[in-house]
Amino acid sequence: MSKPMNNVQKIQHSLTKRKRAETRFRWYGRIAILIGLAAVMMLFTDIISKGHGAFRVTYIQLEVEYDQGLIGVTNLTDPAQLQDGNWGAIPKAALRAKFTDVSGRRDKRKLYGLLSNGAGFDLKDRLVANPLLLGEKERIWILADDDIDTYYKSWLDGEPYAARMSDKQMAWIDQLHNEGNIRLQFNSNLFTRGDSREPEQAGIRGAIMGSLFTLILTLLLSFPIGVSAAIYLEEFAPKNRWTDFIEVNINNLAAVPSIIFGLLGLAIFINFFHVPRSVPIVGGLVLTLMTLPTIIITSRAAIKSVPPSIREAALGMGASKYQMVLHHVLPLALPGMLTGAIIGMAQALGETAPLLMIGMVAFIVDIPAGFTDPATVLPVQIFLWADSPERAFIEKTSAAIMVLLSFLIVMNTTAVWLRKRLERRW
Amino acid sequence: MTKAATVAKKPKKAAGVKAKKVAVDQPLQVDEGEATVGQSFTDKAKMTMRNINVFYGDKQAIHDVSIDIAQNEVIAMIGPSGCGKSTFLRTLNRMNDTVEGCRVEGEICMDGENLYSPSLDVVELRARVGMVFQKPNPFPKSIYENVAYGPKIHGLADTRVDLDEIVENSLKKASLWEEVKERLHQPGTGLSGGQQQRLCIARAIAVSPEVILMDEPCSALDPIATAKIEELIEELSQNFTIAIVTHSMQQAARVSNRTAYFHLGKLVEVNPTEKVFTMPEHKLTEAYITGRFG
Repeated sequence: MSKPMNNVQKIQHSLTKRKRAETRFRWYGRIAILIGLAAVMMLFTDIISKGHGAFRVTYIQLEVEYDQGLIGVTNLTDPAQLQDGNWGAIPKAALRAKFTDVSGRRDKRKLYGLLSNGAGFDLKDRLVANPLLLGEKERIWILADDDIDTYYKSWLDGEPYAARMSDKQMAWIDQLHNEGNIRLQFNSNLFTRGDSREPEQAGIRGAIMGSLFTLILTLLLSFPIGVSAAIYLEEFAPKNRWTDFIEVNINNLAAVPSIIFGLLGLAIFINFFHVPRSVPIVGGLVLTLMTLPTIIITSRAAIKSVPPSIREAALGMGASKYQMVLHHVLPLALPGMLTGAIIGMAQALGETAPLLMIGMVAFIVDIPAGFTDPATVLPVQIFLWADSPERAFIEKTSAAIMVLLSFLIVMNTTAVWLRKRLERRW
Repeated sequence: MTKAATVAKKPKKAAGVKAKKVAVDQPLQVDEGEATVGQSFTDKAKMTMRNINVFYGDKQAIHDVSIDIAQNEVIAMIGPSGCGKSTFLRTLNRMNDTVEGCRVEGEICMDGENLYSPSLDVVELRARVGMVFQKPNPFPKSIYENVAYGPKIHGLADTRVDLDEIVENSLKKASLWEEVKERLHQPGTGLSGGQQQRLCIARAIAVSPEVILMDEPCSALDPIATAKIEELIEELSQNFTIAIVTHSMQQAARVSNRTAYFHLGKLVEVNPTEKVFTMPEHKLTEAYITGRFG
């Protein structure tokens, strides 16, 4: 430097450097956010592109005849007759009537393969609901088989997936398509039915109800216990080595891998207390153990954030400690506690591993109606479907993930909204 | 805890000053065992305190303080920061109980009843000895709820009408009624700082305490709000016994009957306010009120 700089020049010189550093720093932040957003976008595009198909399913229109002789049922109110009825014969007869030129065992089997295995039972339900149809004919949309569904959707998209299709089946579908007798409909089965071996009939209703019962129990147990523990530790417990020890162990519990809670639940609740396996009760108990540390930690933070001046004011007025907590600390800490509870619940909703240990991974067709019915939960259903060989389960898996994610998004949004809504300023 | 720390540091600093300026200045320290000068005791005492020592853990914050507070007087406590005046005030309604590691020795009586005896319930004590804090701290509830809180928890009002009356009277006594009567059900935190502090005073007097403790009630307020509070203190002194801690010597001079000067946890001088500010007996009091330190 030729001549020494004065102070102003020095400041200006350092200013450009500082500004550059600040700009750089901002860009680091922006890049970090972009990477995060890109990851989320990729996740969502992948899941939605794979899963959107599952919300529509292929139906074939046929003329069916509810022929008494064919089914072997004369009285629709007799459970024994309903049980023994040859329901599968109705769709088969309808297919034979539609494609009259098909002959031979093989070809007929291929032909019957166009429709879902459960088509006959769907017709039975329809008949039971409308007994006047017995002996009548009607044109009706019938659920197609999952292979047909996969083929038809991919064929509509221009990239037919024909690995499990015969030439004849493809020709029949061509014919149905040209006649307008095959179409995609909204897949209400997905939301109204339980699990099934047949992908076209499988739904997540059972898993959603299982998740619901499990979460209700988890919330009912973990919120009161967690909040009471937090209040006691924050407000009443003496600060000594014991409470330090408890605090460290609560933090430890929060970090324990969830599968270990599953093993614990298996050993204690099922093997020792003989709670039945696979039911929401035991799932709720295990998830309570897992959620408790989260709720205790967030509740304690919420209690700590209540300003000491409010406590002093209450005590100075002659409120007892219990009144101080109940009248002043708790109302102010509640938004934070609720937020913690919702985040804990969202965690519990997404939990899979501990539930595998306590038998909530079973294949369950019936929709659970209570806390003691065998059930599975959404993430376990996703795990089960992801494991299934049928190609049609790929899109089902993604659809179930979409449903799970939307529940999580709703819960987390509620948490943010609650916090904003209930937050009081002082 | 911070208080204890300041108390602990102060003697060293003072000792340093002493070492340097010994030739010029009086030593700014109370001699060991030196008795309080002036009129500490009175015949018509409401509260009597004898040989009070307060410790925060190992640190002693108050050294052997004995003083009476007379019925219906306003006693001001002044002194430099960290001299223990707030700590002392808080022993009078046992607010120090809530401080971890705080220990009080000595005897504090109100109407002859020992405040620290196990048979005395602290809840009852705090209903009889109200407190107003340094920072206005209304509850984040409505103005009405703030004032009604004390009567509610102590069961002082039998009916809604009684409660309304208590609230109105308390707000009137705190000269806040005219300003808030139209918005009793709006949050107390929405008031201005001075109004909030008067609300806190109304809240304190709603349970008709016998003594009101005020811990620097005006330090967070502007001069106009301060003037209103001071006026209020004067009015309240007709019905209540008031002990006020203040940083402002002018305030002490304006509102109090007697003034107590604290220095490094010791009570140096207690005298009628006029005497303290015109003819202080102790050299430390004189040094403080003439602004040589503090």
